[in-house]
Amino acid sequence: MMLGITQKNKDGWVVLELSGEIDMATGPQLRQTIVHRVQDGDNKIILDLSGVDFVDSTGLGVLIGGLKRTRSHGGDLQCVGLTEPLKEMFKLTGLDAVLSTEGSKEGFHD
Amino acid sequence: MTKGITLEIPAKAEYLSLVRAVVVSAAGLDPAVEDQRIEDLRLAVSEATTNAIRAHANLGSDERITIRCGLGDDRIEVEVQDRGPGFNPEKLKELGSLNEPERLQYEGGFGIPLMRVLADEIQIDSADEGTTVQLVVYIPPSS
Repeated sequence: MMLGITQKNKDGWVVLELSGEIDMATGPQLRQTIVHRVQDGDNKIILDLSGVDFVDSTGLGVLIGGLKRTRSHGGDLQCVGLTEPLKEMFKLTGLDAVLSTEGSKEGFHD
Repeated sequence: MTKGITLEIPAKAEYLSLVRAVVVSAAGLDPAVEDQRIEDLRLAVSEATTNAIRAHANLGSDERITIRCGLGDDRIEVEVQDRGPGFNPEKLKELGSLNEPERLQYEGGFGIPLMRVLADEIQIDSADEGTTVQLVVYIPPSS
């Protein structure tokens, strides 16, 4: 299972539209993408998770790592388009308290 | 268990999605199992298998991980068995909730706490020659 990543720019944010699953197999691909974007000076990142139907704890670790990396460079990382199972998992792990998931998905689409 | 399936996989991350798909399909054979419980099982099994793959990091690639999924009248049981070096589950550090600022220092350590929340029963037997994690999700009685 691959993770699809489509990159767009919108209002000063980099939007990464993700599709597939984020786990031990695909997490490194997302981590690398975030690292490269921040290295390029893009430290405000939106992850559009509407095409993601599964995230496990390895995937959560990647999101936390991305959040820390962007914030340490004066930016931020937000998630939009969470499916119900993902919302439940964010709640279970407390990630919803530290990672913004309230943004409107539509607001970042053309 | 009246019905069941056994998978043996190489300890490689690319097999995780296959394990999840097989367990979800097996659990879905009983229409009494609610979708949310299948999602719970999907995640819990993924966490157990991920830990098993990590436990095999220093073993040869011939060593396999075994996943057994059994469907009974009132429960689904999934057992994930690895041949890694084992650990003491009682000594795992409790990382607490993420909404504590210091929790952001850690990017891992969610796996076993998540399994404990998602499964109705969990048993972890770990020794020098390997670890077996048994996850149980109850099936509600048919109305």
